[in-house]
Amino acid sequence: MDFVNRDIVSIKDFTKDELEHIFKTAEKMESRGYDNALLRGKKVGLLFYEPSTRTRMSFDAAAHALGAETIWFAGVEGTSVMKGETLKDTIETVANYVDLIVMRHPFDGSARWAADVTTNRTKRGHKKVPIINGGDGKNEHPTQTMLDLYSIRKTQGRIDGLDIAMVGDLKYGRTVHSLSYALSLYNCKLMYVAPDSLQIPEHVEAFLNRRKISYSKHSKIEDIISIADVIYMTRIQKERFPDENEYNKVKGIFKINRALLSRAKPTARLMHPLPRVDEISVDCDEDPRAYYFEQAGNGVPVRAAILSLIMGAIE
Amino acid sequence: MGEKTASKDAKKGLMVRPIKDGTVIDHIPPGKGIKIAEMLNLFHQDSVVIIGQNLESTKYGKKDLIKVENKYLKSDEYNKISLIAPNATINIIKDYTIQEKRKVVVPDVLENVAVCVNANCISNKEPVPSRMYTISRDPLVLICHYCNFECKEDLIRLKI
Repeated sequence: MDFVNRDIVSIKDFTKDELEHIFKTAEKMESRGYDNALLRGKKVGLLFYEPSTRTRMSFDAAAHALGAETIWFAGVEGTSVMKGETLKDTIETVANYVDLIVMRHPFDGSARWAADVTTNRTKRGHKKVPIINGGDGKNEHPTQTMLDLYSIRKTQGRIDGLDIAMVGDLKYGRTVHSLSYALSLYNCKLMYVAPDSLQIPEHVEAFLNRRKISYSKHSKIEDIISIADVIYMTRIQKERFPDENEYNKVKGIFKINRALLSRAKPTARLMHPLPRVDEISVDCDEDPRAYYFEQAGNGVPVRAAILSLIMGAIE
Repeated sequence: MGEKTASKDAKKGLMVRPIKDGTVIDHIPPGKGIKIAEMLNLFHQDSVVIIGQNLESTKYGKKDLIKVENKYLKSDEYNKISLIAPNATINIIKDYTIQEKRKVVVPDVLENVAVCVNANCISNKEPVPSRMYTISRDPLVLICHYCNFECKEDLIRLKI
């Protein structure tokens, strides 16, 4: 399995065996501790054109835990992007300074383009600088999906054959699209809970149908709460609604509180890519089934594994 | 074209006259002929251009057809035609005779031919070459190399 200098742009580029290899590597790092000499002398560029708390900080934490340095910008203020510099020119420049680039960018497909740019540089005699997609517009966020799968595997002991419910904004939420693609490798039963206006998009359904994956659509959390092994909540994004009345109609339905959560299986886990607004009430935080903060914590071992594999420090 | 040829054509029931040298684009779905002519910029050149609309077709019932004198198509033009008229046939005419008959084929990869319909795609925001893959030919569905946006036949937009 060759991860060296590989770009991580889309979760669809990964096989089940490759994902399993990343999870085993992360598991070892988490249990044995991080070797702070593993990436000594390496530089990781963190190019965050958009706000991020967890992705940027967990990549930063993972890189430092392994002895790598990070060079970064968070927000384009103070960069040449403000002067109209194209993504290509920024990538061409930063690729001279670092060994790997993690990038979050507002435009869909920007990560693939950045990966093409650093691949084309190799034709001019430069070394390949791999690109890790930290979120490209509403398209993909593959390392979030990897840590979601890792969290499912860690809490349930397996991924295969589980009943997984995704709740909230399934139309616009890139995490549920990527998670659906990835779970199609694991023979899971998927349950989508959303108002009609925010249900899972046609192209994701088409993908699941091509893979012959069993899925169902629901309009109430109550329909799935007692059968799901994982309840994956997402934030309903107010700004997507044509008017405030429409938003007010649906926002209350897709909230979970401790009373509702108590009806879930004792082994079930409540997850969320975060940030939450009010879809998970604060009283859930103390329930043993609440797992969203630990899930965010899993970003460090998973991203440390990815950095080490891609930079060739481990096989 | 001499009178003799013209009367021969009339006998054969030809509704549009043959051309000496050039290209005949046949089996265009009805209504798409004008679109192809516009795409090939045929309205702004001096040579003879004949566009037949709603002609009888044994295969498809009705069809459009374009004859253009002294023009031979480039490969990107073939690709663009394939997206508008996936069943079109291109006849290359030399001295009133068909030298070559080619069926257009939608290529697996389309470089700089079609525009991604996702307005937020990097290829629509910055100077980035467009690149699409054909994931289905019937119905025609393309997917963007960058943003994975799938585009069905009726939404496909060609790069000008």
